[in-house]
Amino acid sequence: MAQIRIENLRKDFGDFTAVQSSSFTIEDGEFFMLLGPSGCGKTTTLRMMAGLELPTSGQIFIDGEEVGQRPASQRDIAFVFQMFALYPHMNVRRNISYPLVSQGMPRREVKRKVDEVARILGIENILGKPVGGLSGGDRQRVALGRAIVREPKAFFMDEPLGALDAEFRERMAEELRALHDRMGSTTVYVTHDQLEAMQMGDKIVLMNHGVVEQFGRPQEIYDWPATMFVANFIGSPPMNFLRFEGTVAPGAEHVRLGESEVPIPALREGHAGKLVLGARPEHIRLDDASDYRAEVQTVEYLGTTQIVSLKARHGEVKVRIPSHEPVREGQVTGLAFNPLTLTVFSGDSGNALRSVANEEVLGHG
Amino acid sequence: MAEVTLKGITKTYGSTVALNDVSLTVPDGAFVVLLGPTGAGKTTTLRVVSGLDAPDRGEVLIDGAPVTRLTPAQRNVAMVFQQYSLYPHMSVRENLAFPLKSPLIRMEAGEIEKKVREVAEMLQIAHKLDNKATALSGGEMQRVAIGRALVREPAVYLMDEPLSSLDAKLRADLRVELKNIQARSGAPFLYVTHDQIEAMTMASHVGVLDEGRLVQFASPREIYENPVSIYAASRLGLPRINILPASLFPGAPSGARSIGLRPEQIRQGEGAESTVTRVERLGDQTRLHLHFRKHDLITVTDAHTPLKTGDTVKIAPENPFYFDAQGARVR
Repeated sequence: MAQIRIENLRKDFGDFTAVQSSSFTIEDGEFFMLLGPSGCGKTTTLRMMAGLELPTSGQIFIDGEEVGQRPASQRDIAFVFQMFALYPHMNVRRNISYPLVSQGMPRREVKRKVDEVARILGIENILGKPVGGLSGGDRQRVALGRAIVREPKAFFMDEPLGALDAEFRERMAEELRALHDRMGSTTVYVTHDQLEAMQMGDKIVLMNHGVVEQFGRPQEIYDWPATMFVANFIGSPPMNFLRFEGTVAPGAEHVRLGESEVPIPALREGHAGKLVLGARPEHIRLDDASDYRAEVQTVEYLGTTQIVSLKARHGEVKVRIPSHEPVREGQVTGLAFNPLTLTVFSGDSGNALRSVANEEVLGHG
Repeated sequence: MAEVTLKGITKTYGSTVALNDVSLTVPDGAFVVLLGPTGAGKTTTLRVVSGLDAPDRGEVLIDGAPVTRLTPAQRNVAMVFQQYSLYPHMSVRENLAFPLKSPLIRMEAGEIEKKVREVAEMLQIAHKLDNKATALSGGEMQRVAIGRALVREPAVYLMDEPLSSLDAKLRADLRVELKNIQARSGAPFLYVTHDQIEAMTMASHVGVLDEGRLVQFASPREIYENPVSIYAASRLGLPRINILPASLFPGAPSGARSIGLRPEQIRQGEGAESTVTRVERLGDQTRLHLHFRKHDLITVTDAHTPLKTGDTVKIAPENPFYFDAQGARVR
């Protein structure tokens, strides 16, 4: 059980700044996602929290205690890597027992703990087997077992499902999350997969080029992205960007897209120059009554829904609609935007302009 | 332009039956996706069509002509693999031109350059023609590999998980691109994947393979909305279809052992009570994990649902699928 607080954390490798000035707080018992593209600094951040790298500057507090310059062995955390680092010559029981045996715990106590962990993970029946012949999923469960058995203050996981195929990853993700819900221990999890982050996380930190782009609950980040990077990284397909030039004033309740007036949540700040209207695919409808016209290019069937790609005056627009709605390639139609859900960005800085709708989320971002 | 037909193909490797009496037709201009888990026989099918493997029994026909005894080169098919397999010491231009320099084709240098440029522009790699193949990103390398198949204008394209090593965004882009390329070229594609999104979004026809047998061959919509078995129903749909004992709900027809419920086949707000065990907010939708009469199921609801863990939701089946004890559909 632990609360982890990061303040102004920075890491330089020579001339290269891997992480610059990160700050966020992980509450006790949270499943916390460090998300971003490769090279964004998420793994470096995790390694500093674990004590595998020392920060160049800034602080790391675990339960209020500053541990930034302490080695991993003094932080009471457990690390699960992408590649399951098991001892190949030992059987499952001895692999899981290892951390306890090396602490000098009495045999009987070790046995009791390992049996309990095996029960939690559903691997009682393979305890006597050598790890060499196990499936990928069982190997991963054993690696988890070895981390859990120590009852550390926190679990740190670096893309633990990255090497698994899609169907199996989905199942392991559910299992991991269910395990966390039973144990309630603080977990910090690194991934580049936005869906995995949305699906499993209580909170997400999204990083890019060593900088925290946004920090918050998955739905808040999805609905109210702080930057165009966030809007594009989260969601599949990502948020649509309709780029235009002009001026918006504080209080504006419309933007002008060509000949069309599109209602938006009232802005709290203005901008002149490059502007971008951001709309999620499921927040746009095909509506012949709308004067904002577009031509259907392709239709992708997804079962429950379908993704319609259209060519509009301001670029390509992808719309998610129920799969029973008739639509055909080449059709010209109108696009209606759900006014309550739109974000306007400055195309110059890439930052979202504050509005009545997003100010609460961005306020504590 | 061609039509590919497989007639009663059986292929064994030692004691393993990789393909068991598979018959199917890839119509001219079709985008056929073979779907199934590892070991279902997808790649073997491609290898038999390409001529890399000979079937034990059965025949392959291209445009009505038997090709079973022909070598891969004589069949005029192009294959794209999961691994890019480019020539690392050559430039992108040389890689693309390579198939055209084959003695079988004997194309003039000016013609080759024109063809290479055309394909490079279609795949948006024209600005990289002089780069070494190794200086490209993963997505660019895979585009060159696809380009190398395109320059030849073969009768048939065969692709074995060409997008599986790419990251999610690039995969989404190339999905659309491949579909457009197929539509423009008009040649049939036979495409292997275990990614159901690729199957649903690109295919005109999906062939579902189960341990070497072709169990359903139809449009993605038909397989999703009208599957022949639990196995076929489980290949498409995210979250996956819920399979529960038919006796859990009233109204099961005789002979039904299981009921199959996709999220849109679960009506919320009426019927019997279930308990919410987890709420997953995916942004565009929210997944509800439910516990119902000692069984777990997953459905979807509004992105901004106020429901939380421990709440009660009433659920009732709506036009569900029923399956018998063998997993076959009961109608």
